[in-house]
Amino acid sequence: MYRDRLRDHLVLIVGVIIMMGPILVAITTSSYDRVYIHNHGMQIGWGGKFLETYSNVLFYKGGFSGEVTGALMAMNSAILGIGFAVGKIVVSMLAAYAIVYFRFPLGTFFFWVIFSTLLLPLEVRILPSYEVVQQMGLLNSYTGLILPLIASATGTFYFRQFFRSVPDELVEAARIDGAGPFRFFIDILVPLSKTMMAAIFIIMFVVGWNQYLWPILITTDEHYFTLVRGIKQVLQVYIGADIPEYNEALAMAILAMLPPGLVIVIFQRMFIKGLVETEK
Amino acid sequence: MQSSRFDSPLTPYFLLLPQMAIIAIFFLWPAAEAIWSSFFLEDPFFGTRTFVGLENYFEALTSADYRRAAWFTAIFTLIVALGSLALGMWLAVAADNVLRGRSAYKTVLMWVYAIAPPVAGLIGVMLFDQHIGPLVDFVGLFGHKMKVGVNWWDTAIAMMIVATWKQIPYNFIFVLSGLQSIPNSVREAAAIDCRSSVRRFWTVIFPLLAPTTFFLLVINITYALFETFGIIDLMVKGEPGNNPKTLVYKVFLDGFRGNDLGGSSAQSVILMILVLVLTIAQFRLLERRIHYK
Repeated sequence: MYRDRLRDHLVLIVGVIIMMGPILVAITTSSYDRVYIHNHGMQIGWGGKFLETYSNVLFYKGGFSGEVTGALMAMNSAILGIGFAVGKIVVSMLAAYAIVYFRFPLGTFFFWVIFSTLLLPLEVRILPSYEVVQQMGLLNSYTGLILPLIASATGTFYFRQFFRSVPDELVEAARIDGAGPFRFFIDILVPLSKTMMAAIFIIMFVVGWNQYLWPILITTDEHYFTLVRGIKQVLQVYIGADIPEYNEALAMAILAMLPPGLVIVIFQRMFIKGLVETEK
Repeated sequence: MQSSRFDSPLTPYFLLLPQMAIIAIFFLWPAAEAIWSSFFLEDPFFGTRTFVGLENYFEALTSADYRRAAWFTAIFTLIVALGSLALGMWLAVAADNVLRGRSAYKTVLMWVYAIAPPVAGLIGVMLFDQHIGPLVDFVGLFGHKMKVGVNWWDTAIAMMIVATWKQIPYNFIFVLSGLQSIPNSVREAAAIDCRSSVRRFWTVIFPLLAPTTFFLLVINITYALFETFGIIDLMVKGEPGNNPKTLVYKVFLDGFRGNDLGGSSAQSVILMILVLVLTIAQFRLLERRIHYK
């Protein structure tokens, strides 16, 4: 019964064309110069201007945003992605540890407070959140960019669920051996959570790297622009120009999707495991 | 719950401190602020506030602009949620059937998950561009000249296509992993009983996938409501004008461009209620899911 049927392959090939076609066209078009693109439309050939366009976007100041280069934006994106992922893992692991492994009067109360953050995505409270960050003087800073995004509870829930699946006997054994809560956390729980941490790191890195709404509000200084934030700038230049820099705009788009794309492809197994198991 | 726990009176509070501080400052306070200011009329010139009760809500709910946005949001959400589920599932079923090249297909079909919505939006802007867009040329073959950004319906359809495209991989990944958890014995039994693979899918596989499907519907709805912000912001090219907009996009526009703090807050609170309902639905499903395991 296990014979591949042509129909399934056809469906998949059409699917691959639909999913990857736009991206491949974006890559190939970005290898032409803007005048050619303007006159002949998007291209599926190879224009030979590939390296020129990408090195322009990455290293020359003055391209889209006047002052910063694509490389700086990529670094900001990396800071946001990694800072967000690490911050979220640390903060939520500690909180989940407290909730699962300690008996204290306000435990349930704190749990519900954390839970309540799931009810209000950033998108519905942007204006007041912006005002708080502004009052604290955190506009145009990495702290202002990263900290408020960590507020949501998703990470805490993943770790809570995971910690609850750790057998009781481990805690018993640790206590008999005289290990306190700190030792138990560092020597037993953290090593046990490694796979979980890696999986969450991958997902959160992609989520952090791809942030858009918050960065467009918080960063007005170009030195803090991320690649994804820079896309908005690209568009503004794009609308204003007679012959927009199609090639450089597409190059920015490709650069912005490359790192998160590579991360999920390289760590595919862990990514899928993390996504499917934590979202349940 | 863990039955054996540590009893140190202060440690848990220290452990919770970072999370609680962040939540209090960046979450609870702004949320309270949103609810509070939804009852006031703010004057941006004099910096005064007047208590107006529920007027902001009435104004929001009765304004033609809001209703248009609500109507568009409903259609947009429905099409994106169902469209990405159906296409993701179709691809997942095919990928589950084949042996040769399965992992290659999987890798390639997953890629778009990593693309940020505004990046997808930018590529959408180009594909539907008047001058250079191949999709405009394609639609032109059927005698319709698409004017994305000018014609309301053309823009709406382009947005839906890009938003659906972006969400297909998520659905694909979840359905595929759902399919792979169905035991082989069940499939073999079904294969013996029923030769038609289409009927086998609808009578055996699809019901087994029901929990995943419900879960994905809720996630897709949340995605279409909130996470498509970047796609919409790019595809209206910063010129919302008469273009279609979702409710979340309108909150942003009224708050940051229109300086209508009270109105924007009232709309935020309406959305909060919507999220509340969705989250409850999701958790009810989550509880149900456990029984399937």
